[in-house]
Amino acid sequence: MNDMLRQIEPVIPALRRYARALVRNRAAADDLVQDCLERAVSHWEQRRDTGSPKSWLFAILHNLAVNQFRGAAARARHVSIDEAGEHEFGQNAVQEQQLIYQDVLAKLAKLPEEQRAVLLLIAVEDLSYAEAAKVLNIPIGTVMSRLSRARERLQQELEKPADNQQGNVVQLRSKP
Amino acid sequence: MSNRPISEDDLHAYVDHALEAERQAEVAAYLEGHPDVAQRVASFSDQRSMLRAALAPIAEEPLPPQLNLSRIIESKRRRPASFRWAIAAMLMLAIGGVGGWAIRGATEAPTGGLAALAQEASDSYHVYASDRTRPVELRDSTELAAWVSSRLRQQVKLPDLSKSGYRFMGGRVVPTAHGPAAMFMYDDDRGERLVVLTRPMTSDQNAPMAPHSGNDVAGFSWADGGMGYSLVGPGAAEQLKPLANEIRKQAQSI
Repeated sequence: MNDMLRQIEPVIPALRRYARALVRNRAAADDLVQDCLERAVSHWEQRRDTGSPKSWLFAILHNLAVNQFRGAAARARHVSIDEAGEHEFGQNAVQEQQLIYQDVLAKLAKLPEEQRAVLLLIAVEDLSYAEAAKVLNIPIGTVMSRLSRARERLQQELEKPADNQQGNVVQLRSKP
Repeated sequence: MSNRPISEDDLHAYVDHALEAERQAEVAAYLEGHPDVAQRVASFSDQRSMLRAALAPIAEEPLPPQLNLSRIIESKRRRPASFRWAIAAMLMLAIGGVGGWAIRGATEAPTGGLAALAQEASDSYHVYASDRTRPVELRDSTELAAWVSSRLRQQVKLPDLSKSGYRFMGGRVVPTAHGPAAMFMYDDDRGERLVVLTRPMTSDQNAPMAPHSGNDVAGFSWADGGMGYSLVGPGAAEQLKPLANEIRKQAQSI
């Protein structure tokens, strides 16, 4: 029991970060992480890989998030833009920096979910390519090609001028 | 210095610090001589640092009470998840009429075949497996078996996939153009869900196991003795094959 606590607990902050970057809404992200932890606790004895539980936990979380996306593909888009105000992210940053960060995150959000997931797992959560492949249940080659597409696409977005108008356009469009 | 050409994968691994020291040096040397590629790689590295910096504060926030792991463990211990559905599933008790059999066959349409069944199973997967509130109507296997058996006018046995690592979640009766079908749902320790759909077949009453895929899901369908079965899940069909074989074996042992 203590072993489970000791191994899972340190991963929770990273799980929150990944969940929030995926769903862009604090409450929804924390609900996902809570679901993930409950499952992890119930299935602790059944986990197949004996190594670090990090990729196992990310796999649970990712599946929960994807199930949710699939179920609410249309709805999720409204939630992500309308409710994910700037305050969902990085409150400690200096204002100017914060604007840059918000821009990066807004542009990240434009990537297809599968590309976003790969980029986050590898570039932010420091999973190895093999671990990311396991989490996403795809071959390593697919991880590499998604990573490549994600980076190219994000670069294209970043080279567009950063302004707030774009945000407004999306917001108007996403109103039901 | 190796003679291996530099690949796109090398460039990404360079950005992610995932290369061996020797290869890292080779890529660095290559970038020296190719400023245009170097610029792309630099922009990827910038993205990486920006994303990390932008998201770092989230991981530093104090954890909310709902994510207190000790408390989650404590509450699980108080309510042990002693679901015995899988065992109960083996005790199929339902009484199914065989009345409908007599009139079967008269209204055969090619659309009632395996392809239609596979489509119905995929549709059920898309609608119900993504449902976080109420993916299944009934969780009690005995009650569920009785219900679906009476609706399908067949004795329906609930497949047990616990040996393959999938927990029985429950099921429901779902509508199809060929009458009611029984849907069963399972999940594994990663939260991945599978759906099994079964109904009487109007055509293809005996059909060998065939894979199908599309629209993010894959699966296997087959028919034995007038009953069609389709297993659908995320990912590749090949991974589902052992499960499909297991379900078929169990269904044949009624």
